[in-house]
Amino acid sequence: MSVRNVTTESAPIRAVLITVAVGFLTLFLLMPLFAVFIEALRRGWEVFLASLYEDAAWSAVKLTLLTAAIAVPLNTLFGIAAAWAVTKHRFKGRALLLSLIDLPFAVSPVIAGLVWVLLFGAKGWFGPWLAEHDIKIIFAVPGIVIATVFITFPFVARELIPLMESQGTDQEEAAVTLGARGWQIFRRVTLPNIKWGLLYGVLLCNARAMGEFGAVSVVSGHIRGQTNTLPLHIEVLYNEYQFSAAFACATLLAFLALFTLGMKSVVEHFSGHVGKGH
Amino acid sequence: MSKRRVIPGFGLSLGFTITYLSLIILIPLAALFLKAGGAGWDEWAGLLTSPRVLAAAKLTFGASAAAAGVSVVFGLLVTWVLVRYEFPGRRLLDAMVDLPFALPTAVAGITLCAIYAPNGWVGEWLAKWGIQAAYNWTGVFIALTFIGFPFVVRTLQPVMEDLGREIEEAAATLGANRWQVFSRVVLPLLVPALITGFTLAFARAIGEYGSVIFISGNLPMKTEILPLLIVAQLEQFRYEGAAVIAAAMLIISFLLLFLINLLQRRLDWQNR
Amino acid sequence: MSISIQSIRKTFGTYKALDDISLEVPNGSLTALLGPSGSGKTTLLRIVAGLEFADDGPGKILFHGEDVSGIPAGKRGVGFVFQHYALFRHMTVAENIAFGLSVLPRGQRPAKTGIRDRVLELLRLVKLEGLEKRRPHELSGGQRQRVALARALAIRPKVLLLDEPFGALDAQVRKDLRRWLRVFHDEIGLTTLFVTHDQEEALELADQVVVMRNARVEQVGKPQAVYDQPRSPFVYEFLGNVNKLHEGRDARYVRPHEIEVLFAAECDPATDRLARVQHLFSAGPVATLSVRLDDGQFLDVELSRKQLDELALDVDDEIAVRF
Repeated sequence: MSVRNVTTESAPIRAVLITVAVGFLTLFLLMPLFAVFIEALRRGWEVFLASLYEDAAWSAVKLTLLTAAIAVPLNTLFGIAAAWAVTKHRFKGRALLLSLIDLPFAVSPVIAGLVWVLLFGAKGWFGPWLAEHDIKIIFAVPGIVIATVFITFPFVARELIPLMESQGTDQEEAAVTLGARGWQIFRRVTLPNIKWGLLYGVLLCNARAMGEFGAVSVVSGHIRGQTNTLPLHIEVLYNEYQFSAAFACATLLAFLALFTLGMKSVVEHFSGHVGKGH
Repeated sequence: MSKRRVIPGFGLSLGFTITYLSLIILIPLAALFLKAGGAGWDEWAGLLTSPRVLAAAKLTFGASAAAAGVSVVFGLLVTWVLVRYEFPGRRLLDAMVDLPFALPTAVAGITLCAIYAPNGWVGEWLAKWGIQAAYNWTGVFIALTFIGFPFVVRTLQPVMEDLGREIEEAAATLGANRWQVFSRVVLPLLVPALITGFTLAFARAIGEYGSVIFISGNLPMKTEILPLLIVAQLEQFRYEGAAVIAAAMLIISFLLLFLINLLQRRLDWQNR
Repeated sequence: MSISIQSIRKTFGTYKALDDISLEVPNGSLTALLGPSGSGKTTLLRIVAGLEFADDGPGKILFHGEDVSGIPAGKRGVGFVFQHYALFRHMTVAENIAFGLSVLPRGQRPAKTGIRDRVLELLRLVKLEGLEKRRPHELSGGQRQRVALARALAIRPKVLLLDEPFGALDAQVRKDLRRWLRVFHDEIGLTTLFVTHDQEEALELADQVVVMRNARVEQVGKPQAVYDQPRSPFVYEFLGNVNKLHEGRDARYVRPHEIEVLFAAECDPATDRLARVQHLFSAGPVATLSVRLDDGQFLDVELSRKQLDELALDVDDEIAVRF
């Protein structure tokens, strides 16, 4: 018997553990990922491309992009403001604010859609008033946007808060003693230190905004070519038994997911170099 | 006490944060609770004790707890392997763990269906053994495990990386064998993170919708989850009913999170 | 420019960090705020800088007679060197040093060449010529410290404030940099206030030492004066090694080098006491004896090697000590 390091397991046990873990990950992660692409191409390239060129698919893509283009900048602005207030200052109620920022994580997507229906739906608080003025929010694009804003609300903030907390306030204070003013401090001292974390937060927020299903499904009304985002379009196709078309559209979102994961590795690589300065 | 601050932008950033938080999150949630509160006791009791809601609650909480439990077991194993061992493909698998976070739930839903439905990749094979893994409890459980286990890995990973070999070496020099070192020294240190991971996976599973509804089959009394009941109420324009179920779900989720938070603080405190 | 600190109080919640502190820092002096952690010295330094604000009340900070309490940190004209330097990680050494000049409003900002000349001049001053393109993580601790100093000096501050300037350095670098800072201070003549918990550092470096304890000033004076005439047992024990002897209910403090060692036969009962040598540490220029007095108390005694050789002492020898 050979003597081995006291802090590791024997080779056979290691092999078993690695096999089980890799098997589990293959079954649960890799197989679904491959399945998306294989199912999409099951009936050939022509069907695949035709499903993507279809009008309904195009309008779904456009609506998805529009939704993300509104929700992501709003929540990015919020994330930066919230992280600045919470990490660079101490005040009463800070802990409460931190838990409130996390609140949407504990809310079901369906409920995130429901709250807007209760406010703006036909029988909601503002429903009659909106009907009188001929403004449509629920079963229309504005509803999809606000439901997405709710769902993606904490993503940038959650990425920035721990990062900025760990960086402390030394550098900002140094900038203050050197005469820098508000915006200068943020742009020239804070932003360069958080840019990678911010980028990843924005990407996560974007991935969720483009992929959100439950919340959007509640407020959309599934009007084909008008209020279907890409995930909703996939659902409609699937329920109509157009499986290959559904998976063809799903590949777009799967690529988005892979891109987001890839960017995470890139960001970790760079922030690892930048962050180890002191 | 002086209200002056050295680092600028406090009023602006806090003001914007609170306004935005109120408009997007707090006021809508308050409206939900107001609506549910206005429903009256009879509506609440009647709805929440109806067999269909009870069956859905049993399925949702039961499958969520089971999925979070299995996520903890496999999450621990996967994290251990990813942190401790070097093998080809490790970095790729590590990066892929986040896939369920990044993959839209609808895509996950139809894909899991394609794999576990009776005519699917794995489902077909399981069917030969008489196991049905979709359109029943097992299907819901599989979807929720897929959604939940990255939470466990990502909570556990930093803790395990920071553990350091010293305490294990210390235990080994005191004569503990490998299993004793793991179960009596390492595992207790991981418990708080495991509880957090479980909680996150569980909370996410309770509310999960997109990845479940395709594989669950949505049979009333059998495979309907609670979020689906909310949608069903809404489709009948029964806003109050939807609000009541939603409010009950939120109250239970918040209470669970709160209790587990308390438990965790105690454990953290003991480990200090 | 002199600094005058008048009746400053500071509380954090219920915790009293500074309790009615008044202090004068003479123009051009190098003054040390010395005290154990939690004594309030860093809080005081941050209040002088404007990074923290004293409680409302009569408390004031004056620079050369002018009340600066209401002036924000950025306009107060203080050069502040942080304990961990707080260098901007993403900027080069030159960009760090130039920062204070580059954030000036357009009208007051020097031209690019002006900024560059000033940066090079400061680099020469802190002996870091040629390192302007480096980034903070490529520098040693001592180099970072000097970059932080140059950055603080770039804005031509009226006073220089240093928070534990040598706290994060190794012993050897620490000693070298300490000497260098003393010479540097004498060259530029800027009123300087620094915080330290290291008594040796304060005594060696400062013109004036301010000993702090539990949110109050315990004693102020020249290093020699605080060392030789400590005003309280705390200062006695905090500054250098000291023997504490119980004589009845009182305690008496005697520094190890103030004790004279004689042969037992020479013992004069009026002034001397008999003792027995317990241990002998003689590695180094100064030898330390640990002796046990006739009443059982222990005493540390410092002798030169020469004296030790003359006495030819060994463990268990009986001697007389005079103090």
